Amino acid sequence: MSMRIFEGFKFSKLQTPIHTMDPRAKFVMIMVVFATSLLFTNVLVLTIIFLGQLPLIWLGRSLRRWAGSMKGGVLLAALIFIMNWVTGSTFTYSLAMTIRFLGLLSSFSIFFMTTSPDDLGLALEQAHVPYSLCFTFTTAVRLVPTMAVDAQTVMDAQRSRGLELDKGNLLRRVRNYIPVLIPLIVSAIRRSVELAEALESRAFGLSSKRQPLIMLRMKGSDYLVIVVSLLLLVLAVWVSLCVQLPSIEIPLQFPRIW
Amino acid sequence: MITVRNVRYVYPNGNEVLRDISLQIEDGDFVAIMGENGAGKTTLIKTFNGLLKPTAGTVLVDGVETRKTSVAALARSVGLVFQNPDHQLFCETVKDEVAYSLRNFGYPPDVIERRVRGILETLDLTPYADLSPFMLSGGERKRVALASVLVSNPKHIVLDEPTIGQDYQQKDRLRNFIVQLNTQQKTVVVVTHDVEFVAECRPRVVLLSKGRIIADGKAETILANEALTEKASLLRPQISLLFSSIAGLPRDVIDVFSAKAVIDKTIGRLKQCR
Repeated sequence: MSMRIFEGFKFSKLQTPIHTMDPRAKFVMIMVVFATSLLFTNVLVLTIIFLGQLPLIWLGRSLRRWAGSMKGGVLLAALIFIMNWVTGSTFTYSLAMTIRFLGLLSSFSIFFMTTSPDDLGLALEQAHVPYSLCFTFTTAVRLVPTMAVDAQTVMDAQRSRGLELDKGNLLRRVRNYIPVLIPLIVSAIRRSVELAEALESRAFGLSSKRQPLIMLRMKGSDYLVIVVSLLLLVLAVWVSLCVQLPSIEIPLQFPRIW
Repeated sequence: MITVRNVRYVYPNGNEVLRDISLQIEDGDFVAIMGENGAGKTTLIKTFNGLLKPTAGTVLVDGVETRKTSVAALARSVGLVFQNPDHQLFCETVKDEVAYSLRNFGYPPDVIERRVRGILETLDLTPYADLSPFMLSGGERKRVALASVLVSNPKHIVLDEPTIGQDYQQKDRLRNFIVQLNTQQKTVVVVTHDVEFVAECRPRVVLLSKGRIIADGKAETILANEALTEKASLLRPQISLLFSSIAGLPRDVIDVFSAKAVIDKTIGRLKQCR
C-alpha cells in the first residue's frame, strides 16, 4: 500500500493563478464550497459543486494529484454510501452524501495542494491569530509528508516481520493496521516532544510582538474572488430557501434488516 | 544465497538510487555494505526481502525471484532489522513484541515461549521482558527490535545500522553475537558507517557510491585504501591512519588486534637484535 493519498494534499511550488492567489481569498473560496455543500442535500446541486471545482484544479495544474486523493478517498466514500443506504436512507440520498464527501475532500485538496504552509502561517498571523497557534498549525501541515514517509517505513518494518496488511476479512484488515498505527503515533509524539525542546532551546516565544518579514498583500483579483465567492454563497442560501429544486429519485431501497 | 543481477531502482519521484548493481552473497557470508549517505545502501537491502521490487534486473533469494513472491513469505528466510526501532515497536511488553513475528508465522505457543526466552537471554533483555518497550532507552529498544527479528531464526540476517546508539560494551556484545551467528552458517549482511566496527569484525566489504558498487573485497584491503574510502565518504579506521603514516609498517592493518600482533613481532625482532 502506498501513501499516495497524501500527494493530493501536499503543496507543490507552481506558478498558476490558483497558486498565486492570496491564501485568505482562497480560504474564503474554499469555505464557500464547504458551506454550500452542507447547505444542500440535493444530488444535482452537490454534483454541480463537485464538478464545478474541476476547472479550478485544472487551472492549478494539479489534476493528477487530485485524482490520487480521490482514489484514496474512494474507500471512505464507499463506506459512507453503504452506511447511509443500509441504515434506511434512499439510494439518491446516500449517493448525495457520498458526492458531498468527495466535494469536500476536493476543496481541501485544492487548498492544500496550492497553498504553501508558509503563506498559510502568514495569513493566520495577519488575521491576528496568536503566533503559537499559527506555528502549531503550519507545523502540523508541514509534518504531513514526513508522517507519510514514516508510515511507509513502519509498514515496511512490520511487513518484514511477517505482517500481511491485506489478509483476512474487513475486521481483521482493520486490526492489521494496529501494528502500523501505534509506532506511527508514538514516533509522532516523540518527535513533537523533541521539536518542543529544540524550539524552547532556541528561545521560542520570547518576544510577544513579532514583526513578519513578508507581508501578504491582496491584489484586485483576490478581492474579485472574495466578492464572487460571497455572491455565490448568497445565491446558494437564496436557492436553498426559496427555490424548489428538481430531484431525481431512484426507487432503490435497502431491505430493512432491523 | 542472495543473487542480485543488474538491478536498477528508481523511486516514483524519478530518483535513480541503484544503477546496475550485481552482487552474489553466498550462504554463510558476512558482508558489510558501506557507502556515503544516499549511496543506496538501505534501498539495496530492501530489495533482499521484496519490500522494493527492482525497476530493472532481478533479485533471487535461494533461487526464488523476489518479484514472484510476497514479503511475508520472504520474511521467513530474510530477517531485516530496520535502523530506527521506533518504527516497529508497538506491543505492551518486550516479550510480546519479540513474539510478534513468530505469531505471524503461526508457531505453537510452547515454541514461541522457548524461543523468546532464548533470544532475550542472548541479547541481555531478560530483565525487561515484562516492561513496555517504550519505557526502555534508545539502545535497549534497538536490541528489542533486533531480538524481534532474530527470534524467528531466519537464514539470512540483514541489519541496517545496528551499532547506532549502542555503548562500547553493547557494541562488543553485538560483534560477538554477529560472529556467532555467522559461525552457525547464517548469512549476515550489515549496513553501516561504523568503520571501526567493520575493522574489528573483518567481513567482506561491498562499497557503494552513487548507486554503484565501487569495490567488493576484504575489509583490510578496502578500508586501508585511501582513494576508495574517500570516494565513499568514509574515514579510514584510526589504526589504518596511524600505520600508513609510519614508514615501514604494513598498510593493511586496520584493527587493534592485528596492530598488536605487528607491534609484538617488531618488538620481538628488536629484542633479538639487541
